[in-house]
Amino acid sequence: MAEEIILLDYWASMFGMRTRIALEEKGVKYEYREEDLSNKSPLLLEMNPIHKKIPVLIHKGKPICESIIQVQYIDELWPDTNPILPSDPYQRAQARFWADYIDKKTYVPCKALWSETGEKQEAAKMEFTEVLKTLESELGDKKFFGGNEFGLVDIAFIGFYSWFRTYEEVANLTIVAKFPKLISWAQRCLKRESVAKALPDSDKVLKSVSDHRKIVLGID
Amino acid sequence: MAEKEEVKLLGIWASPFSRRVEMALKLKGIPYEYVEEILENKSPLLLALNPIHKKVPVLVHNGKTILESHVILEYIDETWPQNPILPQDPYERSKARFFAKLVDEQIMNVGFISMARADEKGREVLAEQERELIMYLEKELVGKDYFGGKTVGFLDFVAGSLIPFCLERGWEGIGLEVITEEKFPEFKRWVRNLEKVEIVKDCVPPREEHVEHMNYMAERVRSS
Repeated sequence: MAEEIILLDYWASMFGMRTRIALEEKGVKYEYREEDLSNKSPLLLEMNPIHKKIPVLIHKGKPICESIIQVQYIDELWPDTNPILPSDPYQRAQARFWADYIDKKTYVPCKALWSETGEKQEAAKMEFTEVLKTLESELGDKKFFGGNEFGLVDIAFIGFYSWFRTYEEVANLTIVAKFPKLISWAQRCLKRESVAKALPDSDKVLKSVSDHRKIVLGID
Repeated sequence: MAEKEEVKLLGIWASPFSRRVEMALKLKGIPYEYVEEILENKSPLLLALNPIHKKVPVLVHNGKTILESHVILEYIDETWPQNPILPQDPYERSKARFFAKLVDEQIMNVGFISMARADEKGREVLAEQERELIMYLEKELVGKDYFGGKTVGFLDFVAGSLIPFCLERGWEGIGLEVITEEKFPEFKRWVRNLEKVEIVKDCVPPREEHVEHMNYMAERVRSS
């Protein structure tokens, strides 16, 4: 059964983490393959010719690309175990809206936070802070974004938590002190085995990014 | 006794994003109240219902607000199951969602936003990039009347509202032919099929005004 599902991924990708979490939540066995992003495998280029990006989920030889699409696919194939989307259409729409919001609003600034300096980095800090404010407000006093149950929006955002230390150090951005509700939420999520397994150690991410900045980007 | 259904759609006549929602509502035979928004003067209602993005479309169903055109299409499909829009098979569904994202992100960005900011030489380069992207859609259409198969569906509404009935009008305004019959026979055949579908025809913005509007929108991009 394990050969039926292959995940092409990168250990520090907050997008890949989503798919890993979804697969773990459903108790589905799969083969994890680490990609070297500076030397992408022929399989990756064949399965995702348009974007050439990870994560790529390959099920019975057929590719599914884009992490939120993968998470929904997994939820639809194994609907009875730990449902990721709620059953009510309006609540599903809410979940999809927030997953889409996270994707639209984090991709550009999050990259700039660690790959840029000066004005560009400052602008990214402001943008990402706005996102965190909005998300903390949306979360409110709920246990998870969807209410009492862990679901799509939690899966969409939790991977970013493993990058918070990196953003704080590399971009001099205040997160932990400023967003206590998000931090409590992240810690609740981390109590789930699927999340604990999927998220890398924050210091490992920081080291990797710091090295990349120094060696590849020539910053610092 | 049937529950009273109140469906309201906030849209803009030239917006492919609200037009595609209208296609879906019409396909399902859902009566709705349409509210025309003005881009340069958004109503207090719109700003209250969509404070984060401040954009159309906004669907209000029995007092509940649904935002983002893809999210709205899926909501409509799940709430009114007749004449399904999304494929039943999970793999086909994931493909429809993937290509819908490609249309609204890369195809839109290259074909409109980047194009608006480019000079003549730049436009030729972008046109080539756009052709490469649309070739993926071309391949999807082989052996099919529509992306949805025998009937129109989710990807037909998304790609139809955006490409032939929006981007092409923009390209017409700048005298650029991107999609040719020679290189894209399946795509052209699909557009001809779409043009025969009543509910699609009803939701296409009038051409001349739209071409003019697209020039105006490109100007807005340049001055932003």
